[in-house]
Formats: sequence, C-alpha cells, structure tokens
Amino acid sequence: MLKLSPNIRVLGLIVYIKNQYISAYFKKGGNVEVRDIFMRRMVVFFVLTLVCLSVFSGDVFASSEEAKEVVATQPASTTPWWVWPVSLFVLTFVLGVVAVLGGVGGGVLFVPIVSGFFPFHLDFVRGAGLLVALAGALAAGPDLLRKGMANLRLVLPVGLIASACAIVGAMMGLALPTNVVQTSLGITILAIVVIIIKAKKSEFPEVKQADYLSTALRINGIYYEPATGKEINWQIHRTLHGFILFIIIGVMAGMFGLGAGWANVPVLNLLMGAPLKVSVASSKFLLSITDTSAAWIYVNNGAVLPMMVVPSMIGIMLGSVVGVRILAKTKPAAIRYIVIFLLLFSGLRSLLKGLEIWK
Amino acid sequence: MESKVKATEEQLVYANLLSIGMKIGMLMLIVSFLVYVSGILTPHVPVDDLPKLWSMSVHDYLEKTNVHSGWGWFTMLNKGDFLNFFGIAFLSAVTMVCFIRIIPILFRKNDRVYGVIAIIEVVVLVLAASGILKGGGH
Repeated sequence: MLKLSPNIRVLGLIVYIKNQYISAYFKKGGNVEVRDIFMRRMVVFFVLTLVCLSVFSGDVFASSEEAKEVVATQPASTTPWWVWPVSLFVLTFVLGVVAVLGGVGGGVLFVPIVSGFFPFHLDFVRGAGLLVALAGALAAGPDLLRKGMANLRLVLPVGLIASACAIVGAMMGLALPTNVVQTSLGITILAIVVIIIKAKKSEFPEVKQADYLSTALRINGIYYEPATGKEINWQIHRTLHGFILFIIIGVMAGMFGLGAGWANVPVLNLLMGAPLKVSVASSKFLLSITDTSAAWIYVNNGAVLPMMVVPSMIGIMLGSVVGVRILAKTKPAAIRYIVIFLLLFSGLRSLLKGLEIWK
Repeated sequence: MESKVKATEEQLVYANLLSIGMKIGMLMLIVSFLVYVSGILTPHVPVDDLPKLWSMSVHDYLEKTNVHSGWGWFTMLNKGDFLNFFGIAFLSAVTMVCFIRIIPILFRKNDRVYGVIAIIEVVVLVLAASGILKGGGH
C-alpha cells in the first residue's frame, strides 16, 4: 500500500477542502450564503496552507551560503520533489482567484508568499513572479485593448520608461545580497499594505485642463461606461510627474519581481487623472511591457526554473478565469481584508527572514 | 446603448497579435512541461535533485549544474527542462513582435513621436533579451 508522509496527507486534505468549497460554490449558483462560507473557508485555507508550508518546508530552508554545504552533506528534504510544483499550482490557482477579486496583480502576492513559505531561493521566486505577472497581463491585454479600456497612447510612453528602468532593477536585484533584497521586499510589501489601506480611488478624476506634455503626445481618449451607458471623454494632467514616478515603479518591479499594478493604478488614476477603469486596464496591459524586459534579464541570468514557473503560470491563469466568473456574480467585501492579511503576513515574514530573525 | 467607441487601428492590430502570441506561447508551455515531467526527454538536471538545488542562489545553482547563462539554453533544447525555455522565451518575445508590427502603422498615420517611442521600446527589449546585460552574482 502506498505510504504517504504526514506532510503530504495534510497537503492533500487542504487541497480536498478547497476543491469541495469551490465546487459547492458553483453548484449552488454562487448564492450569498455559500459565498460567505466560501470566503471564510478561503481564509482558513490560506492560514492552514501557510502554517503547513512553514512547518514541513523547514528542513529545506537554507540560506544561499549554506545551500552548497547542505547539498554536499545531507539530503535536502524528505519531501518528494513533486509536492512543490503541485503546491505551487494549488497556491497560484487560489492567488489567481484572490488577485482578481482583490483588484491586485498576482505577482505582488506571489513573491512574498512563495519566498517566505517555500524552499525556493529568492532569485528564482522573483524570476517566476515576473513571469506570473506577465502571463496574467498577456492573457488580459488583448480584450482590454479591443474594448478601448486599456489605452495604447497612455501606456506607450510610461511603458518605455518603466521597462527600461525594470532592466536596471532586475540587474540590481540579482547583484545585491539576498538578505538585503529580502529585507527590502518585506519593507516594500508592508508599504504596499499602507498604500492599499490609505489610497482613495477616484472613478472619474477632475482634469480641468490637459497639460502641455499630454496635449503634445495626444494622450486622451473615449471609453464606453456600461454602468451608465455613456461614453466618457478623458484627458490627463501632471504627465511629467507621472513619468518620473514610473522610473521608480520600473526599478521596483524589476528588483522584486512584483509586477507593479499596486503602484501603476494610483499614479495613473490619482496623480495623472485617468479614469479608474482606464487606469486599471492600462496598468494591467502595461505589466506586459514592464515585466517582459525584466523577465528577459532573469531568463538570461539563469534565474528561471521551469519546475516553478510553469505550474505557477498555469495556476494563476486558471485561477484568474475562476476569479472573473465569481466577480461577474458578486464581489465579496471580505476579499480586501484577505489581500491585506496575506500581504501583511507575508511582508512581515519576508522582513524577518531578511533580518534573519525568522529563518 | 451600444458603444460606438472604436479602438485605434494600431491598438487593434496590437491586440490581435498579442492574443495569438499568448495562446501559442501558453500551448507551447503546457506541452513542453508535460514532456518534461513525463520524462520523454531526459532533463539536464534530474528532477529528484531539484530540491537540493532550488534553495541555492542562481550563481551557485548555475555553477553546480554546469548551466551557462545567457542564450546557452538554446543549445540544450533536447533536454526536457530546457525545452520549457522555448515557450517562456516565446511569451517574453510576444510584446516585442507586437511593437515591431505597429511601427509602420504609426508612421503611415504620421504619428512620428509614437513611431519613435515604439522603435526605442523595441531596442530596449532587444537589449534586455540579448543577454548582454548581466546581473552579477551574489
């Protein structure tokens, strides 16, 4: 009879519980009661997953300095190799659902959680994070462009700035010591939590007059708002300020492999004055440009492991599809708190791991 | 009320090309991964050894596995693990192809500024993909 280790049995149980609730949700047509149970169980699922991963991956956590020694002297782990890609697939599937419902990109959740609770080195996690964000952006991009929600005239100049700077960020990230990047990642994630909690959103920001630069570049547009049945004319201002901020956004996206939707949207919407829907859609499409350049740096530097990347890319794309289906029926308010909780927990873990307080 | 808003010609061309590229790339990725995990093509790094290696920094990993960075993977496509790089590189190249495709449209429409921006973007992406830029090691 097949003998499974307790770790694998726990993992199997978690996957089983998750599948039960997802299927229950869809069988009952996504009603409110089942939705609430679904959301509560999602929180439990996440906590269980993170705790289990912390416990049963403990024997393979090792700093890069120690890793060689570990390979030479002892077996890395009693956990079979296939548990990790399967766990990644399950985790990224759920992250895909949560990311869509929470209005964040997959990368910002993927990197801190996987670097904090999986045995992979941060170099490979960041490479995978960029490719995960890229996959989501490539999948969503065509529809957003066709519907006129994402705007090529808005994205092209900022995409050029962000993608060039993402290369610099990626090179910095691969050159800096791991604990420095891990600590900076933790601080960044905690700062993102503050941004998510504090930042207001403006559906239709008031732009009294387009500035000189956006007028010269003809950055403006019309989009159709199905909620009101009206066509909305929009223009932007503070274009130069926005362009300067995209230098920082690009560097951070490349350095941490986060994608950058969390930063793109506030800059496009609150600073430059693009309508919220145009900002969100353009930000998603923008990731396909920013992350492409940074991803190449990671690929060319060997920081891409197919065993990590492929299950993660497929998992997050399938999860996004399910997330969109749930979003079409309802948008649970609790999801925002789940995203904040996940970022807070994984950001703290990343910070403490970088500072070598919680190895 | 039906929307009369139409995306610009270059935006639609970009979107259609992106859509095709994304689908082909994902298919390549899934097929190559199945080939990898099923063992049809022997991987360069045995899957059983991966847990001992993936906690290393990329510098140590490359040294230990004798893998060359840059476009070295292209000469190892007969290995199960490196076959996946074809799909990954394809997906990473889709954006570049989309930009190249819209450059003539932008110039035909006399939109020189955006034509030049698109050309510079292609140069940036080619530079990133070239392997010239190295991240160093730690």
